[in-house]
Amino acid sequence: MALTAAGPATQALQWTKKDLLGLRELSAEEIRLVLQTAESFREISLRPIKKVPALRGKTVVNLFFEPSTRTRTSFELAGKRLSADIVNIATQSSSLSKGETVLDTIRNLEALKVDILVIRHAAAGVPHLIARHATSSVINAGDGAHEHPTQALLDLFTIQEKKGRIEGLNVSIIGDIAHSRVARSGIWGLTKLGARVTVCAPPTLLPTQIEQLGVRVTYQVEEAIRGADVLMLLRIQHERQEAMLVPSLREYRLRYGLDRERLAHAKPDVLIMHPGPVNRGVELDSSVADGPFSVILDQVTNGLAVRMAVLYLVCGAPKVDEGEA
Amino acid sequence: MDQPSTSGFHEKARVMDAEAIRRAIVRIAHEILERQKGTADLALVGIRTRGALLAQRLAKELEVIDRHPVPVGVLDITLYRDDLSRIAPNPIVHATEIPFDVTDLRLILVDDVLFTGRTIRAALNALNDLGRPRTIQLAVLVDRGHRELPIRADYVGKNIPTNLQERIDVRLNELDETEAVVLEAHEVAPPDAPRASRARNGENA
Repeated sequence: MALTAAGPATQALQWTKKDLLGLRELSAEEIRLVLQTAESFREISLRPIKKVPALRGKTVVNLFFEPSTRTRTSFELAGKRLSADIVNIATQSSSLSKGETVLDTIRNLEALKVDILVIRHAAAGVPHLIARHATSSVINAGDGAHEHPTQALLDLFTIQEKKGRIEGLNVSIIGDIAHSRVARSGIWGLTKLGARVTVCAPPTLLPTQIEQLGVRVTYQVEEAIRGADVLMLLRIQHERQEAMLVPSLREYRLRYGLDRERLAHAKPDVLIMHPGPVNRGVELDSSVADGPFSVILDQVTNGLAVRMAVLYLVCGAPKVDEGEA
Repeated sequence: MDQPSTSGFHEKARVMDAEAIRRAIVRIAHEILERQKGTADLALVGIRTRGALLAQRLAKELEVIDRHPVPVGVLDITLYRDDLSRIAPNPIVHATEIPFDVTDLRLILVDDVLFTGRTIRAALNALNDLGRPRTIQLAVLVDRGHRELPIRADYVGKNIPTNLQERIDVRLNELDETEAVVLEAHEVAPPDAPRASRARNGENA
């Protein structure tokens, strides 16, 4: 029986941040602490009674200014499995559509004594703005094309789980890098933990000077595939089609789509990852998405444990003496 | 629970040495077999960190005597603590690893020190969420008194009367590279509230 009874007895680092806004401002040690905590939380979702009392009496608000099913549901279940009370606010049905400002919405929510605000917004920096004004904890669930920290953390967790390490791995991110908050958070997290990151996309979908984040750039998808331990595919966003950044989805598929033929160039133990939702037959063929190398559904499962860990950690951060609010 | 000696405390008495700890575990194993009439449906659950180590030793001893392996699980009670919303930062969570269904088993919960009883309260709630054991008994290496809840141990290695300013430090080879139970006292016995000193102990319960 391989019980790790002793566990890591020497765990010096503790979480002291009120908010989780992005991976850019996290240290490698803080990232590892989240991953380690998530590891401990994973088992809870395998129990017949999937609930622990850790956040009993805490209130979590899911405030989504952009539509989301996967992330919102994941945060909601994460909170519920920790016994927190969850309120979901979709902006279509809130006072924001009546002209209230974001900060007024936050002030009203805080007047109701909530503890954690999970925020998604189409504009970069909104969670940061809110975090400066709120006394409750703020978790960024995606802001514009800026950061999506919990997605990157669950990606790191999944790689760690499947490969046993992150340091020294070759990770290629293929797709719409320019509009992807997942890519940006992923790059921060992966490079901090010592992975070598390659980004690959048509030039129109790559931000200029992305190399400054410490990544290798290629326009050739075969080059990104060859030698990679992990392939992270990103969605080509139909809604960006109007801007004519790629000639057509069919053209994109021909040049960049990952199908079985291209996969033949990959390492025999490559991992295929995708943050979802997948556009089957565009960036990823069904044969690959459902194939043996795909860990896309493991990502979803792990996302729950990671979000439980994040809720637990920010909730326990030392309280600052009444901010401005 | 798993805090090493910090400054401010000095060793007052070495209450158990390696041999005393070994004998206590052997005796408890015999007592368990006598009271439970064998190892059928028996399982041990150790509370992280040192309770888990003691549970493994106890299981080994039970197997030597009864020639049947006894399953061992490890319980992390962090998420069930009653002081989570009062302490910051939140303590590190470790995994609960109980590789068997506890329902209908006769469980022996194992910990190193029984003090206020709050850890055991948390452990009972945690076990309750994992299934419905037929019975739960409690085995501890040291009972130091000062219960704050109606909880008692079924098997005790040694009763050590203490005052609230003192603390009990259990050191086990697997973690501490030494084997002893040590009674420690403050450098200067503080006249103040016992609660503060307990928080410093890391004896969350």
